[in-house]
Amino acid sequence: MEIEALREEFMGREYSQFSVLVEKGRIAQFAKSIGSENPLHFDDTVAKQGGYRDIPAPPTFAFTITLDAGQSFNVLEDMGVEKTKAVHGEQGFTYLGDICAGDVITGQQRITDLYDKKNGALIFVVTETLLENQSGDAVANLHSVIVIRNG
Amino acid sequence: MPDNVKFADLDVGATIPAFSKGPITRTQLALFAGASGDHNPIHLDDEEARAGGLPGVIVHGMLMMAVLGQMLTAWVPQSRIRKFSNRFASMAVPGDTINCAGKVVGKRQENGENLVDLEIKAENQKGKILLSGAATVAVD
Repeated sequence: MEIEALREEFMGREYSQFSVLVEKGRIAQFAKSIGSENPLHFDDTVAKQGGYRDIPAPPTFAFTITLDAGQSFNVLEDMGVEKTKAVHGEQGFTYLGDICAGDVITGQQRITDLYDKKNGALIFVVTETLLENQSGDAVANLHSVIVIRNG
Repeated sequence: MPDNVKFADLDVGATIPAFSKGPITRTQLALFAGASGDHNPIHLDDEEARAGGLPGVIVHGMLMMAVLGQMLTAWVPQSRIRKFSNRFASMAVPGDTINCAGKVVGKRQENGENLVDLEIKAENQKGKILLSGAATVAVD
């Protein structure tokens, strides 16, 4: 893959809008898998006492919402890249609101940059995804960098 | 619940309470694959991982980041986190422990909020950097 050709084809590409329901059981399963024992993620009474509308998802769960929508792997499929050739280079979150159980989160992923390093041996794909809840409030912006071993 | 952290009590250079999880097991990678939706075989299947040029299965970057995030939520309520980012500096493998640390690198007021900028990192048990990142939290 040549970086100039990739930039020509993929720069600014927007994927179709997705919509994901945030399930309470999934939040609990996720929290358990990261070793969290924070009752906020397991008990709605604790969550409501803590000022949340419902059980809040852990901070990095926002990325899981985009995975459920097939977002990271969409880009790889589009470029014809095997999953095993790709690693996650960077991840950033800007939090604008809470993501809670019962929320329906919509978003759209956009490729904002493509560049290479090591004479094209590594290709970096940068995407941004703004997540909004069912009320139309922005809740998080995700900045992701995927690194592809080229060849 | 996290203690009430005060803006006035935080000086640039101050460290936040360290946080650690591990050793990470293959079982945890399988549970995280299911719970997070990242089913990439490089985290589950040694053979597939080796076919991709890796020494064997590696820990999900987002599992390490979730551990780093727990350092923040153990310190301030989750709703106080404004920004959280990291670079995945090196790979962790099953058996590794993830040790997280953070320090205050800036203080500012913006839109009526007291914001504290942090430099954060995660290392394995040998002191190798796994994640290097930054976070911004709002405090009283």
